[in-house]
Amino acid sequence: MISQFFILSSKGDPLIYKDFRGDSGGRDVAELFYRKLTGLPGDESPVVMHHDDRHFIHIRHSGLYLVATTSENVSPFSLLELLSRLATLLGDYCGSLNEETISRNVALVYELLDEVLDYGYVQTTSTEILRNFIQTEAVVSKPFSLFDLSSVGLFGAETQQNKVAPSSAASRPVLSSRSDQTQKNEVFLDVVERLSVLIASNGSLLKVDVQGEIRLKSFLPSGSEMRIGLTEEFCVGKSELRGYGPGIRVDEVSFHSSVNLDEFESHRILRLQPPQGELTVMRYQLSDDLSSPLPFRLFPSVQWDRGSGRLQIYLKLRCDLPPKSQALNIRLHLPLPRGVVSLSQELSSPDQKAELGEGALHWDLPRVQGGSQLSGLFQMDVPGLQGPPNHGPSASAAPLGLGPASLSFELPRHTCSGLQVRFLRVSFSPSGNANPHKWVRHLSHSDAYVIRI
Amino acid sequence: MPYLGSEDAVKELKKALCNPHIQADRLRYRNVIQRVIRMPGVQEYIQQPVLNGLRDKASYVRRVAVLGCAKMHNLHGDSEVDGALVNELYSLLRDQDPIVVVNCLRSLEEILKQEGGVVINKPIAHHLLNRMSKLDQWGQAEVLNFLLRYQPRSEEELFDILNLLDSYLKSSSTGVVMGATKLFLILAKKFPHVQIDVLVRIKGPLLAACSSDSRELSFAALCQVRQILHSLPGHFSNHYKKFFCSYSEPHYIKLQKVEVLCELVNDENVQQVLEELRGYCTDVSADFAQAAIFAIGSIAKTYTDQCVQILTELLGLRQEHITTVVVQTFRDLVWLCPQCTEAVCQALPGCEENIQDSEGKQALIWLLGVHGEKIPNAPYVLEDFVENVKSETFPAVKMELLTALMRLFLSRPAECQDMLGRLLYYCIEEEKDMAVRDRGLFYYRLLLVGIDEVKQILCSPKSDPSLRLLEDQAERPVNSWALDFNTLAPVYGKAHWAVISKCQKAERHDSELPTNASFAISGHLVPEENKKVQEPPESEALMLVPNLQLSAEYFEKTWLSLKVAHQQVFPWQGEVQPDTLQMALKVVNIQTIAMSRPGAQPWKAYLSAQDDTGCQFLTELLLEPENSEMQISVKQSEARTETLPGFISVLETVIGTIGDIKS
Repeated sequence: MISQFFILSSKGDPLIYKDFRGDSGGRDVAELFYRKLTGLPGDESPVVMHHDDRHFIHIRHSGLYLVATTSENVSPFSLLELLSRLATLLGDYCGSLNEETISRNVALVYELLDEVLDYGYVQTTSTEILRNFIQTEAVVSKPFSLFDLSSVGLFGAETQQNKVAPSSAASRPVLSSRSDQTQKNEVFLDVVERLSVLIASNGSLLKVDVQGEIRLKSFLPSGSEMRIGLTEEFCVGKSELRGYGPGIRVDEVSFHSSVNLDEFESHRILRLQPPQGELTVMRYQLSDDLSSPLPFRLFPSVQWDRGSGRLQIYLKLRCDLPPKSQALNIRLHLPLPRGVVSLSQELSSPDQKAELGEGALHWDLPRVQGGSQLSGLFQMDVPGLQGPPNHGPSASAAPLGLGPASLSFELPRHTCSGLQVRFLRVSFSPSGNANPHKWVRHLSHSDAYVIRI
Repeated sequence: MPYLGSEDAVKELKKALCNPHIQADRLRYRNVIQRVIRMPGVQEYIQQPVLNGLRDKASYVRRVAVLGCAKMHNLHGDSEVDGALVNELYSLLRDQDPIVVVNCLRSLEEILKQEGGVVINKPIAHHLLNRMSKLDQWGQAEVLNFLLRYQPRSEEELFDILNLLDSYLKSSSTGVVMGATKLFLILAKKFPHVQIDVLVRIKGPLLAACSSDSRELSFAALCQVRQILHSLPGHFSNHYKKFFCSYSEPHYIKLQKVEVLCELVNDENVQQVLEELRGYCTDVSADFAQAAIFAIGSIAKTYTDQCVQILTELLGLRQEHITTVVVQTFRDLVWLCPQCTEAVCQALPGCEENIQDSEGKQALIWLLGVHGEKIPNAPYVLEDFVENVKSETFPAVKMELLTALMRLFLSRPAECQDMLGRLLYYCIEEEKDMAVRDRGLFYYRLLLVGIDEVKQILCSPKSDPSLRLLEDQAERPVNSWALDFNTLAPVYGKAHWAVISKCQKAERHDSELPTNASFAISGHLVPEENKKVQEPPESEALMLVPNLQLSAEYFEKTWLSLKVAHQQVFPWQGEVQPDTLQMALKVVNIQTIAMSRPGAQPWKAYLSAQDDTGCQFLTELLLEPENSEMQISVKQSEARTETLPGFISVLETVIGTIGDIKS
């Protein structure tokens, strides 16, 4: 049971405020929440906070705070799930979720909240059912972008860009205007994997964790049925064996309740009638047993001269992806001993960048081709660390406080588990137009790829 | 809608509400009920449309009408429960529409709040269980929560229910999985193996939630993991890697993970866990670095050597925020594990240059005082402190310095005499803080009495391994927290939750206070004690031997070898004041072996007593922060049940009296 719900901008301005039960506080509750949040001591968690018989539970989503208050001892899991579901829902209806779209669509948001919650109790959160009740249309902002210009084409000629889904195509409201009959029949299927890795200083692998999900965003008319074919060698659990060779193995799989698994056992086909909007079709996890090689290897060498306090770090980063693939937005974060000053660098290519900040070295590499090798030589002074070394090992050993290095990156068109979508077919469409645009994307990313030094 | 306040508007509204067409348009109906229901003065017109709405053909209208009943009831406040309405709502539990069913439960719960909420009997429970699959995840989670209050009649029925629930443990929604788990834990409270089995099965979903994309969800899951670890310490030991932190995570998640790592450490993973924790000690965030050092300190209670080595290495960093915490950890460790004293003493020299804060200085000075004979340069370090005592800002440091120097003087008099004189002179003549001055005077007069007296007073034991008995987290049964599972309690943490629930309780108990208050004024503790104890001597003629002296080691050994003979809870309010309690117990010839410091959670104390036949009574007092009860467990060295009631009643009197005076 929720007493109030509100959305705050990242600066604490209330954007949406709704009181469901009229039993508590007033609008200043939102302000109170923000004051409490910013004044919280470092060792306390902000997720759940308490004030005057009222619990504040919030999530942060793309810079916004979505907050619910309740006076009962509720299940934190259900409430947090509800808040993230609301975030997805608002994203579905407003195109994307951010401060601007919310403030442009205040009426629509209130209308949605009225339908989703009554007297603080959840009624329904299905995009499909809610569509029947929502009258307001989303106001979509079209930010000026060079990308749009480039797709206009010279003298109306068809350019290559038209065949590529623009990156903003998936972020439009589900409920685009009813009158607009030229509405595109589109469906987006994303296989997204999140990788977290820990590599010991001797190069041995300590931990691999892959969290994957298959996300579907459908703009097809409701009632259409589709089939998603996964790689046939896909095995679940340690013991199952399929196809030849090692297969593609995951530890655990869970499916959305609307997925029909009749053909899953035999052909690895998922059948479903997706509602419009976003849906997580399948989630899976995999740990400790990866069939493909890891995308990156780091070879560090550290020279430290205790006497002068000079620290020299040579980093060699090797990308073990297949030569046709590439990694994007690689950022290496290397904590340094306290008191480091002056950085001098020698990087292997001009588009890289390195800088000091918050006691760490940041090395940015916009793009790395598979099979290639990049290096950087960094020299810095650590005046605070010199002095009488009573009990140090050899003089060139790495000082304490250096490392571990963490990488964050994106690997487009690559899944670490090897799972691929073989096909996506719309087998039945009520409007008769069974040839919608289908976009299938594969992506791996990581923000916790840690290599000890 | 400001215009609704006017006469005309109300009239218009009345007309609209009487219009039969209003229910034909479900959207308009819903809007009227939802928005208007809070307006003053229109409720009487709303009633009929709501009641009609309960029988409407459209399920959408029924959903709104069912909740409308609850709204109407809450608005009237004082109105009596309408029996006919309640019956109608109960019958609507059989509705075709799943959302109507869930709304009925919610509505009944609110209407019948005074009588303990909606009643779940066998037919309703079975009906709900059968409809579960038709509900969406929110409905399922809520119904699972309502089912908690159903008690199956027979074992057979219970296992039927558990079988039905099985599939919900695999749901893709974490909320449903947790709800189902809680129901399992509560229903199977007499079958520990079933409980364990369930906890094993939700390991997967729980770990997935821990590494979820949503930080908030992963935080809640981590808190839940810690709760499970209290009962099953080895439960997640194989998955320790899942709890390693990554630098991009927010602070509150890292702290939780470090706590979890501390609790799941075992012989196999201790090496890897310590290596990981050592990496955190040099983190950019000082708070996180200190938390990691404290974590290593708590692991050191079991794996002393490895941890002391890591902590010693950290001193080499010469960072203020690290050194101070390491020294504090050393102080606590030396007290609990005397075997590491040598290693600690070797590591200490040089630390004093990197400590600036009060806590760290106190710890260092204490260590130098107590173990000064093993640290060659201890007098010179203390001398520096004495030189700078004028510019010292913390009185606590000065007091610690006085005591330490007195102790060191006893073991190394030649090196200390001169500076002790200077320090005492300064404290007595120049110091402005009264507590420090008094302490100085006290030591000065003590020295006048004679060196033997000084030794007797200052040479207390240098370690107390038996304290580990207090610190050891005894494995608590699953049932002790099953009710808190999947609630906000674990997310707030035990201590914080205790404060919150105390606030809520205090508000409720405000009216009852005066009766207790009169008692609190009524005079002295001890005389009353005597009176009361002597009153019921005829019960079993229990005579406790005065001045019994049991050693802590003996107590620990005996305690572990015996079974609990009697367990009971007494009412208790607020915190314990150990001195008062200890004195009161001494009056009735009960010896206090060990006690937690005041305010510790949970607070524990160990007591012993012996009667004239030589039978020993060993007792544990346990005060859990969240419930206002003192739990006592008594063990007897000889199984003589006839003296037990006498002993219990003595204890009860003492605890009752102290508890009353406190409140």
